[in-house]
Amino acid sequence: MKIHEYQAKALMADRGIAVPTGRVATTVDEAVAAVRPLIEDSGNPVVVVKSQIHAGGRGKGRFKEHADVGGVNVVTDGITGGIEAAEERVRDLASRMLGSTLVTIQTGPEGKQVNRLYIEQGIDIATELYLSVLLDRATSRNIVMASTEGGTEIEVVAEETPERILKEEIDPAFGLLPFQARRIAYALGLEGDALKNGVRFLDALARASVELDTDLVEINPLVVTTGGAVMALDGKMSFEANALYRHPEVQALQDITEEDAAELEAKEHDLSFIKLDGDIGCMVNGAGLAMATMDIIKTVGGEPANFLDVGGGAEKDQIAAAFKIITKDPNVKGIFVNIFGGIMRCDVIAEGVIAAVEEVGLSVPLVVRLEGTNVELGKQMLDDSGLDLVSATDMRDGAQKILELTK
Amino acid sequence: MSVLIGNDTRVLVQGMGKTGRFHTDKAIAYGTHMVAAVHPSRAGQTEVFEGETDQSGVPGRADTYRVELPILRTVGEAVAASGANASVVYVPPAFAADAIMEAADAGVPLIVCVTEGIPVADMVRVKRYLEGKDVRLVGPNCPGVITPEQCKIGIMPGYIHKPGRIGVVSRSGTLTYEAVHQLTLNGLGQTTAIGIGGDPVNGTNFVDALSLFNDDARTEGVLMIGEIGGTAEEDAADWITANMTKPVAGFIAGTTAPPGKRMGHAGAIISGGKGTAAAKIDALEAAGVLMAQTPTDMGAAMEQAMAAAAERR
Repeated sequence: MKIHEYQAKALMADRGIAVPTGRVATTVDEAVAAVRPLIEDSGNPVVVVKSQIHAGGRGKGRFKEHADVGGVNVVTDGITGGIEAAEERVRDLASRMLGSTLVTIQTGPEGKQVNRLYIEQGIDIATELYLSVLLDRATSRNIVMASTEGGTEIEVVAEETPERILKEEIDPAFGLLPFQARRIAYALGLEGDALKNGVRFLDALARASVELDTDLVEINPLVVTTGGAVMALDGKMSFEANALYRHPEVQALQDITEEDAAELEAKEHDLSFIKLDGDIGCMVNGAGLAMATMDIIKTVGGEPANFLDVGGGAEKDQIAAAFKIITKDPNVKGIFVNIFGGIMRCDVIAEGVIAAVEEVGLSVPLVVRLEGTNVELGKQMLDDSGLDLVSATDMRDGAQKILELTK
Repeated sequence: MSVLIGNDTRVLVQGMGKTGRFHTDKAIAYGTHMVAAVHPSRAGQTEVFEGETDQSGVPGRADTYRVELPILRTVGEAVAASGANASVVYVPPAFAADAIMEAADAGVPLIVCVTEGIPVADMVRVKRYLEGKDVRLVGPNCPGVITPEQCKIGIMPGYIHKPGRIGVVSRSGTLTYEAVHQLTLNGLGQTTAIGIGGDPVNGTNFVDALSLFNDDARTEGVLMIGEIGGTAEEDAADWITANMTKPVAGFIAGTTAPPGKRMGHAGAIISGGKGTAAAKIDALEAAGVLMAQTPTDMGAAMEQAMAAAAERR
């Protein structure tokens, strides 16, 4: 689960990780009201207005409605014009950013609507660095990844200058040890106060990652200020879904306007669903088989409209819910049901499909491929139901049949 | 011969709830020696299983069975009472890591964890705990392990399997059934099928399973089924190039998966350009693995790989 930058920074601040002071705003007036206290408290006449969306690349992003406005704006009007000038500029920016659509490298061309702004104090930056904590699947341990190339995407650094990336493995029995934090700080070129602050920052960051069960914490850039402070100028946090049950305070941070409505609805029915761009809806049991079903649709020349795993023990009403979710997508021109009944019996599936079609109705072609436990009974039930559906003998056959019917 | 489990495997079950009971019954019907259960809140009770024998399972048994399974407080007590040498974990996700570590502490040499949804951080701790201990974990989030007509540990349907020549290893449940079914239909059959599970942190990986099959006298070829996410398939490709003496066929699911999305399995995600199906297919093909183009062709790819190996000999 992803959260916004301002939420991540609040979680960090609570755990002793240094972040700039800021205020979240959902209206223009709130944005303007944030300016005076920020400038007066920090003594820095510069403020930054940042779009809050669940996608990276905001700084280089542009608004669809206002091509001249970026996703992140540094307001320097306060330096010469005082607080009032800064407020005026923030009013102008906020009125154009809020409610508009930001397009970044990660949002896709359709972009994302900005509903929240984060107004932050300006920082006098001396150096920009990179830090993250994430799982290293090869060693089954979390690692701290650090680089001197702050502000650049880490994937790019890994590609072009891999020698500038440092990794420290976190032993789950001990946590990040002080010597490891020092080693990272030295490698990042920190000295004096910045060294001390950097080690403290790293220790707090590693602890927060464990405490919150994060999937990823990424600080890019991590900045050293001219005064030797070490701060998270940007902060991204995502959380591991399986561990959310033990963090209700984190679960509460979910912004459902950032999530796909169909995916949320699927989750309520314990279905795993991901919307795709094609026109052939699929309903499958098992994640691997569901992926393979998408693949085979593509192999025969079609485009899958979704990934949908009904799981190993789906009941009749779950299958009905799955049907509803698939048919809600206006792009769907046909549905391919692909089931390998193991523990899940084919007659139960057939019963579910029949009940779902009777309840939801069916306006597009349906191809069903059943295999496994009680397959003959399941097929018989489908045949006897009088439903307008086509049976397939195997996956490829099913994919070809649904493709022909949707052409 | 087979790998991991066979006629002499004695299995205890951790978690005798609804799921544990359902699959324990199926395992007994198949002919698996289920010998004890651990479920602290029900310790002292006896769980009774009776029904009709699964004819696709261990041959030469009576048509019906009746087993009284003692429920104990701890894995240590269960092992002492039953002589179990394997454990299957059906404990809910929040408590599953503890259950695995308890089994490891009791010295159970094979722990199969079926539970889906264990927090990654818990599994990181489990892996650390298992270091230096002479135990093997299979899973979590996996269908389990089966040696046809000998022993079934997990949730796979027994009847689609048939004793034979191929070792199967897979990250996906239903896709394994698909593969096993094809191998049964084309007559190759299976020595043992191992579901290693769809989580990013798991016990047994592809390299472990390949190594077991490479050393097993009965296994003549291996079918491996991977999916997007991580680099376990790439590691397997390196190991195959250096060590594998038997033909390998494979399939990778997720060619059409969009980056940055978890495709059902916690471990099935393409992140930062890493873990794509294309990279895995390339690596395995370079290692001489015959890749099935679609899941319908997995059994045929295995046949082809076996034929090609026979020709080289």
